[in-house]
Amino acid sequence: MQTIIYILPELFLSFSIMILLMIGVFVKKSFKLIYLLTILCIIFSIILLLNQPSDVVMIFNESYIIDKLSILMKVLTLLFCSLVLFASREYIEINNINKIEYPIIVLASVLGMLLMISSYDLIIFYLGLELQSLCLYILASFKVRDEKSTESGLKYFILSALASGILLYGSSLIYGFTGSTNFDVISNNLNQTNPGAIFGIVFVIVGLAFKVSAVPFHMWTPDVYEGSPTSVTSFFAIVPKIAAMTIFIRFLYVPFVNIMSQWQSIIVFLSIASMILGAVAAIGQSNIKRLIAYSSIGHIGYALAGLATGTNEGIQSTIMYLIIYLFMNLGLFSCIFMMKRENIFDENINDLSGLSKNHPLLALSFLVLLFSLAGIPPLAGFFAKFYIFMAVIESNMYLLAVIGLLTTVISAFYYLRIIKIIYFDKPVKRFDTSYDWGLKIPLILSTIIVLIYFIYPSILIDTVNTIKVY
Amino acid sequence: MNFPILSAIIFIPLIGAFFILITQGSEKNVEKNSKYVAIFSSLANFFLSLFIWFSFDLNTSEFQFVEKRNWIDGFINFHLGIDGISILFILLTTFITPICIFSGIQSIKFKIKEFLIAILLLETLMIGVFCSLDLVIFYLFFEGGLIPMFLIIGIWGGPNKVYSAFKFFLFTLLGSVLMLIAIISIYWIVGTTDLIKLLEYKIPKDYQYLLWLAFFSSFAVKMPMWPFHTWLPDAHVEAPTAGSVILAAILLKMAGYGFLRFSIGLFPLASDYFTPLIFLLSVIAIIYTSLVALMQDDMKKLIAYSSVAHMGFVTLGIFSLTKQGVEGSIFQMLSHGLISAALFLCVGVLYDRYNSRMISSYAGLVNVMPKYALVFMIFTLGALGLPGTSGFIGEFLVLVGVFQKSIIVAILASIGVIFAAVYMLWLYKRVIFGRLTNLKIKIFTDLNKTELYILSSLAFLILFFGFYPEPLLNTMDVSINNLIDKYQNNLEYHLTQTVK
Repeated sequence: MQTIIYILPELFLSFSIMILLMIGVFVKKSFKLIYLLTILCIIFSIILLLNQPSDVVMIFNESYIIDKLSILMKVLTLLFCSLVLFASREYIEINNINKIEYPIIVLASVLGMLLMISSYDLIIFYLGLELQSLCLYILASFKVRDEKSTESGLKYFILSALASGILLYGSSLIYGFTGSTNFDVISNNLNQTNPGAIFGIVFVIVGLAFKVSAVPFHMWTPDVYEGSPTSVTSFFAIVPKIAAMTIFIRFLYVPFVNIMSQWQSIIVFLSIASMILGAVAAIGQSNIKRLIAYSSIGHIGYALAGLATGTNEGIQSTIMYLIIYLFMNLGLFSCIFMMKRENIFDENINDLSGLSKNHPLLALSFLVLLFSLAGIPPLAGFFAKFYIFMAVIESNMYLLAVIGLLTTVISAFYYLRIIKIIYFDKPVKRFDTSYDWGLKIPLILSTIIVLIYFIYPSILIDTVNTIKVY
Repeated sequence: MNFPILSAIIFIPLIGAFFILITQGSEKNVEKNSKYVAIFSSLANFFLSLFIWFSFDLNTSEFQFVEKRNWIDGFINFHLGIDGISILFILLTTFITPICIFSGIQSIKFKIKEFLIAILLLETLMIGVFCSLDLVIFYLFFEGGLIPMFLIIGIWGGPNKVYSAFKFFLFTLLGSVLMLIAIISIYWIVGTTDLIKLLEYKIPKDYQYLLWLAFFSSFAVKMPMWPFHTWLPDAHVEAPTAGSVILAAILLKMAGYGFLRFSIGLFPLASDYFTPLIFLLSVIAIIYTSLVALMQDDMKKLIAYSSVAHMGFVTLGIFSLTKQGVEGSIFQMLSHGLISAALFLCVGVLYDRYNSRMISSYAGLVNVMPKYALVFMIFTLGALGLPGTSGFIGEFLVLVGVFQKSIIVAILASIGVIFAAVYMLWLYKRVIFGRLTNLKIKIFTDLNKTELYILSSLAFLILFFGFYPEPLLNTMDVSINNLIDKYQNNLEYHLTQTVK
């Protein structure tokens, strides 16, 4: 009975999914109601989470862990999920994808993410991963009558299923060579002289790299981001990243910690390749969603650079990077939700031309967010990169630091290009200005956080400092 | 003194910018109010900086008006303070900014509100650079300046503005990120980024060379030194007058300040080692860019290239590492701040009337604009370093300093002075004298009141400091002695270490 308290948020979510499904079936035209209830459920589970004890607890035969890292990441997942839902409501209604299943599937995928974040066992981890992936496949192809959406859903399904298969194969190898699925036991039994298990680790890392879309396993990202409805893209770009990154951290630093020298070079490679591709490939894009896809690949590269260091500072810097990046991305997607002319949403960068003339405040938000994404001080994005490179240079990985900062300069180019279009080019037709508050809140929130973060940067450090994984 | 006067001087423009941002109402009202707010906050800042100058203790080389606040727990402090060198740059900044605002109000035709915000934001960041006593804070201000300057060039610039703005931004960013790596490395080597502690600490010799080069990459681009100068003419040509003024008068000086404060202060051994490199680049800059300036047919480009040449004198003076040399280079920076600002304003005056920066578009202006011809004459003479103008003092002191180190370099640099006379006088002759044939020029009006006040105040200062440089030299004297002494001690320490 004692253990139930620790999984109360998850239990609450699973029950609310079923109840919401019932309501959806029996009440006619209940999309708005369910949407609202979904957000309320999420907020309520955040409250439940915040009341959890903050010491490390293992439950269910040590296969489920509740510690500071998992609580922080769960709160972030839920918080950003609710903000994304807030921001995308209008888009969903206008594009006629306002089916009751939408919020419920989102909720189910969030449940899967929470399971992933807390998992301390290969089986629980895989169950959580599959729960969230299956929901994401459906979401990607949610706009059934749209060719691109269906295509992206199918593409995502095939590639992701392949990655899951690889991951599962890796897990089974690890189980075979270490004799357990529990992270602690794996950690104790893994050592350098265990070649089969090292195969397993490589496969697991490949699977994880696919989930966070690190190069060279990134191919699905641009297509899926572009093809899915924007509301789904914003969800994809923000929420699953948190869970995937957490489990990445957990895998590298708990079961695989004894063979750090083996995986370190893999992570360094993933990081460098992602940074370079993210910077170079985004330059030629004209669709803003595709551009964000490449930019997110680059940003994952920076986050992985923190992980590659193998130190606690590295993990903390990765978490801080992730948090700041999520806020910037949330703001950017809120901006994109505002690119609407006569109820048709624009995705081309050139549609932003001369935005500063017609919508000065929206243009200002874009400006702040884009400069922040480019990592220019004193905006929050600079601090994110600063923490990462602090950790990287502490571990004497100068090559990684130099490449990372040079790619910052390259990637600054395409952020500047958008700013150029917004501020320097001739204005075109105005956007509709009738946004609801649900859209304004995430935008204002993230822009202000990005803008004034420099006044009190300690707040994030204090939150993250207490996190220790090993 | 407990009142955080340095924070005040940094953040007053920011507050002004915020007020401009939130002004609402009809377009005309907003414009009027934003102009008043901008003028008021920048002038208030100027008087505040004068007050700081008067209450400044000239007999100590310690940092004064020090403020220290916890910023990132136990890691970075928000640490401000000024000495005899930085106070002068702060004065220059607070003096030039109102001038830019006045000039901008005259010549900027659209988005005046955003323009004023950008200028005030830039002022905050520039003053921050000169006040900060922590490497990370310094970097924050130093890099932050890119954002408003990028917008100033890009929004209000000329026809080729996009190219120039991008070039400016990416060049400087590329230089600066290497400095960021160096700053983080220093943190892990020494354990702090606090400048006062770092100046006492002797950074091991193995690290010095690479760290020096990383800082150099940033400052050399910003300065700009040959061959990293190519962004400057483009940026100047396309930027609006006020943008050019700020760029030439203050932004370039941040690099000179950085050399003095960081390269010499933190890495004396490397500074000594790389002096020949700096001398070589500076001499090339002085001679080569002077020749390039000679061949320009665009006035702004000509002044931009002359800026590169003048900055060559600055780096020569700094790395001569003699008292006169350093003193001269600081004086040269201040005087160039005034003169180049004035010259760009003069070009702006013509551009506002005829929309052309080409030398060939003008001739015989003395007939219609006598007042203009007079002030332009003073600035021309200042730029070529005629005795009696502030330009002379700077160049002379620099040459005296360099002479003690290397006679050849001093001689080559003096040739540059001659070239400066050639291109400046030739420019003056072509624009002001000659036959007035163009009918459109015949209807030119002479300087209006604002222009006259701005230009004559600049002309007054150039002449005043040319005849009586004492106030400036006195202010920096103690700090420079301290800088040189510390450098010598530090260098000797390292050299004896090597011998052992």
